[in-house]
Amino acid sequence: MPQYLALIYTVDGDWSDPQYAEMTADYEAFAAGAAAVLRGGNALMPATTATTIRVKGKGGDVVATDGPFTETKEVLGGYFVLECADLDEAMSWAAQIPGAWNGAVEVRPILPRG
Amino acid sequence: MHASPTDAALADVVRAEGTRVLATLVRLTGDVQLAEDAVADATLRALQTWPRDGVPEQPRAWLTLTARRRAIDLIRRESRRAEKEAEAMALLEPLGEPPPDDVIADDLLRLVFTCCHPALAVEAQVALALRTLCGLTTPEVARALLVPEATMTKRLTRARQKILRAGIPYRVPGPAELPARLAGVTTVVYLVFNEGYGATGGDVAVRGDLADQAVRLGRLLHELMPDEAAVTGLLALMLLQDSRRDARFDAAGDLVLLADQDRSRWRRDQVHEGVVLTGEGLRRTAGRPDPYVVQAAIAACHALAPTWERTPWDAVLSWYDVLLTVHDTPVARLGRAVALAERDGPRAGLDVVTGISGLDAYPPWHAAQAELWSRLGDVEAARRCWTAALALEPNAAVRRHLRRRLGPLNPPGG
Repeated sequence: MPQYLALIYTVDGDWSDPQYAEMTADYEAFAAGAAAVLRGGNALMPATTATTIRVKGKGGDVVATDGPFTETKEVLGGYFVLECADLDEAMSWAAQIPGAWNGAVEVRPILPRG
Repeated sequence: MHASPTDAALADVVRAEGTRVLATLVRLTGDVQLAEDAVADATLRALQTWPRDGVPEQPRAWLTLTARRRAIDLIRRESRRAEKEAEAMALLEPLGEPPPDDVIADDLLRLVFTCCHPALAVEAQVALALRTLCGLTTPEVARALLVPEATMTKRLTRARQKILRAGIPYRVPGPAELPARLAGVTTVVYLVFNEGYGATGGDVAVRGDLADQAVRLGRLLHELMPDEAAVTGLLALMLLQDSRRDARFDAAGDLVLLADQDRSRWRRDQVHEGVVLTGEGLRRTAGRPDPYVVQAAIAACHALAPTWERTPWDAVLSWYDVLLTVHDTPVARLGRAVALAERDGPRAGLDVVTGISGLDAYPPWHAAQAELWSRLGDVEAARRCWTAALALEPNAAVRRHLRRRLGPLNPPGG
């Protein structure tokens, strides 16, 4: 069965902060409801903790940049891996991820390993 | 074998059957691109051999068999992997009779919902509808939508790949999703129609063909979903609007307004069919109006009026009031205001027209104001509004119409 990565983009935040308790509960409720299709997932630390690495050609110099890959208002704040029959099913689960109602969720099929 | 029909009739048969055969092949292969390649090959062979050998007793069976054989060849050529071979063998059995009509109807309906899936960009949905559901070739789709052929090829390829790789299902949505998904399908078909009917640019004949394709799609949807009022209403609306096609432009290709059209040139058969469908739609939606059905009712009021002056404006206004309860858009408000002006005079209409916000970039809004100012005798205000409409650069026929209206209002030498 195909797997889909649901990438959650919202305003940046430190999800461990008590002010996000209600949102965390929403996520726990989602994860409980989606247990049958959930194959993994995590919340990420704030985008301010991100480091972007580029290597100048294979084996070349490593260049590290402080910050996320793109500077945008909404940042990648977490993800889920969903195993679904098709895109319709993945889309209907994605629509229930709390991030979808205060940000956006990008659904991408995972390339099957070979 | 039957006697050979004309090439045009033959092409029509092949195209109509081709869509059904394609729907079956998509189900069997699960791959729109592969199915299209196989069916394209089968239809090409039909067009080459049928004029010589005659049309087979069962054209659909012939096309299905030929397309399936071609699909098997393509799968084998693509890859020598055992898995692919198994896939090809599954296609091979049973190779006898083509599927019965109800199975083909289900296949077609699934294909409709796949092509109009919300995970595809609207431009991609429109392109797929024309390519896959109407059976136009890629160059034809490109010409119809005024897009370079290479761009269209890329757009279609990307859409088919997304269907395959992202796992867009080949399925009719369940009852919970159906209303929203159906609204997506009708939107795509009406977009195709308006591309043709609205003639936002390009060659008029090519655009007329696009309106024909939309009506064909409307008929197909109505045939597949006879109980869906929105589909009935959409087909009725398109038939009624399209019935005026021959009267909308004069010999010089200039736009003729509804008020000035030669009503004897309206296609009576389409008016009749549209009115009957409108009645059917209204019976199905008593108490819960459907926007397409109500717009068809408005179009029917115009279609049945013997002259512009004898249009039943009270009825038109009532239908607009109903429309605004379910489809409150600035364009619908403009339609209502224009009808109001006809019933209660230009002053009353103008007050409402100028109060509609959100239409600054819509030439008909400026033109309607110009027309009403002109009737009120305010030449300067009328001139200003015609100029504003022209500044928005509508298509050539509309531009000529606006210039003609503007002409007498310009100061000499201006």
